[in-house]
Amino acid sequence: MTRAKILGLGSALVAGLMLSTVSAAVAETRIAVVAKDIGNGFFVAAGKGAEEAAKEIGDTKIIFTGPTEPTAEGQIEVINALIAQQVNAIVISANDPDALVPALQKAKQRGITVVSFDSGVAPEGRDVQLDPSSIDLIGKTIIKLAADNMPDGKGKMAFLSGTATATNQNAWLAAAKEHYADFPGVEVVATVYGDDLFDKSYREAQGLISTHPDLVAISAPTTVGIVAAAQAVTDAGKIGKINVTGLALPSEMAAHIKSGASKSFAIWNPIDLGYSATMIANSLIKGTAKAEPGAEISIGRVGKITLDDNRSAAMSDPFTYDASNIDQFSSIF
Amino acid sequence: MNEHTSIDAAVPRHIPDRLGSPLRARLLSWEMLLLAVAVAIFVANSFASPYFLNAWSLSDLTFNFTEKALIALAMALLIISGEIDLSVASIIALCSTFMGLAAQYGVGTPGLVAIGIGTGLLCGAFNGFLVTRLGLPSIVVTIGTMSLFRGVSYIILGDGVFKGYPASFGYFGQGYVFWVISFELALFLAAAALYYFLLHRTSFGRRIFAIGNNHVAAQFSGLRVGRIKFMLFCLTGLMSGIAAVLLTSRLGSTRPAIAQGWELEVITMVVLGGVNILGGAGGILGVVLAAFIMGLMTFGLGLLNVPGIVMSIFTGTLLIVVIALPILFRRLRNRRHARLA
Repeated sequence: MTRAKILGLGSALVAGLMLSTVSAAVAETRIAVVAKDIGNGFFVAAGKGAEEAAKEIGDTKIIFTGPTEPTAEGQIEVINALIAQQVNAIVISANDPDALVPALQKAKQRGITVVSFDSGVAPEGRDVQLDPSSIDLIGKTIIKLAADNMPDGKGKMAFLSGTATATNQNAWLAAAKEHYADFPGVEVVATVYGDDLFDKSYREAQGLISTHPDLVAISAPTTVGIVAAAQAVTDAGKIGKINVTGLALPSEMAAHIKSGASKSFAIWNPIDLGYSATMIANSLIKGTAKAEPGAEISIGRVGKITLDDNRSAAMSDPFTYDASNIDQFSSIF
Repeated sequence: MNEHTSIDAAVPRHIPDRLGSPLRARLLSWEMLLLAVAVAIFVANSFASPYFLNAWSLSDLTFNFTEKALIALAMALLIISGEIDLSVASIIALCSTFMGLAAQYGVGTPGLVAIGIGTGLLCGAFNGFLVTRLGLPSIVVTIGTMSLFRGVSYIILGDGVFKGYPASFGYFGQGYVFWVISFELALFLAAAALYYFLLHRTSFGRRIFAIGNNHVAAQFSGLRVGRIKFMLFCLTGLMSGIAAVLLTSRLGSTRPAIAQGWELEVITMVVLGGVNILGGAGGILGVVLAAFIMGLMTFGLGLLNVPGIVMSIFTGTLLIVVIALPILFRRLRNRRHARLA
């Protein structure tokens, strides 16, 4: 008797949970925005931008989703579910530029438009790639931000990156290397990887602080890494001695700008990025633009882009945030 | 109810007069419970999403679990014997890296498969050697090799990538045997049948249970405990190698972060399948059902675009409920018996 009761109860529970989340009515155009992982503020902001674009386009539904862990395998599971739902477009920031290609090619075969943004997908796996900014400019920015706040532009700095396999961070670090000659007083003593996990990034930052006592700047081109580094600098009592900079979300860095652990940092606007990628996806779905080299695509209020030979384009320059404008932006994203 | 005798009322304990049948009944009910959950999820999915009941959707969803489930089959045997292997995901990374390395030198598809499976077997043998010959606890050994195997991948690859696998290599992870039956699914079903036979129909299977229940008694009964455990580690490594071939073929590329975190999902499948984490009890049917439950659940929630974090909470809850249920059952029953006595 008890067994049967438990059985019934269990089944009812599962059924109830599944049914309580029935999706809303299907809109005309469905565009899925796939984050690297859920719970990353950057992609939540990009999702807001996508919603804004959807409102402007009209008759469009945004599906914002992503895996729990930032892995390619997790994103493939999400892509498979989206293919089954026959969405019109997948707008994705990739955890791996190559591993997603077979899954996204399957999506394209079934008539789904694929736009990658932020961390791109190899050209054979997507229609268009939208870079937030040019790699060269970001690379220069992450070293310039550190150099600008060094006494006489001289001193030792280190990079704290995300995962060692992240497409974008590696491209920016490589670009930064090209600009070492522009900052002769700056010595880059180490590049460490915090895997975009707070505790690992924090430990790596602690390691930098203790192994390089004369370090004056840590530059982290990832929003997880920069917050962890700023916290590590604060906890070590090194505010004023080590300046933490890099790329971050204003809302996550507001406290560290105010405490002085970070004098300034940069980021493009992720809301604009989500907005622009959605606009591009919509133009491709509606056939008002073609994904081919040289094509000019309008991205609404942000302007327009021109696709290069790899069908990729840059949105705009990164923007610097400091004590003068942090309050204004930290409430937005 | 006079078949139950309580020696000491202060320590209520249910002592059956027959051995075997209550255990068997519990295992049976366990698999019935899993089956009911699987059916419930299937039915709920069909109602919840108009896209679920579609041959291609159902086919796609099997890719969510086939590779992990293949490892879970061997892991079930290993856990029943009282050991564990936490390095399986790292074995995948190492196998995939060696296959990628070989592909750079123009090795063909049969050679790549042999390298992938062979590497897995060697990794398993290495684990087995450390555990059975040096007498180290398997949880410690495989935590070590978990870092070791993936570490080697990182040394070889760094932030690089191996791609350019031969076109025919793509068949294992992307090909279909017949209509919507993928090669991966067919291979898993065949392997499941084979493992069922091995565990439940051979003396080798009986020995695994005997070792898991009491390895000292098994040793004194003349079982070669070390050798059997060594073979089980090899088997787990072999299955990880096969999973590496499938996953690498499906992704078409190799990075050292491949299959990160899979060891926990594999062990979740095994435990959800009713295998006692302390060894000595369990069955293949439960593991197969658990694999389908996890696949159906993640895909179903994915179709509803439920964020991944909710899925994790769901899996975690399911696991705790499934582990807690039999313990609560036993306690309830013991209390009743104590009252009756």
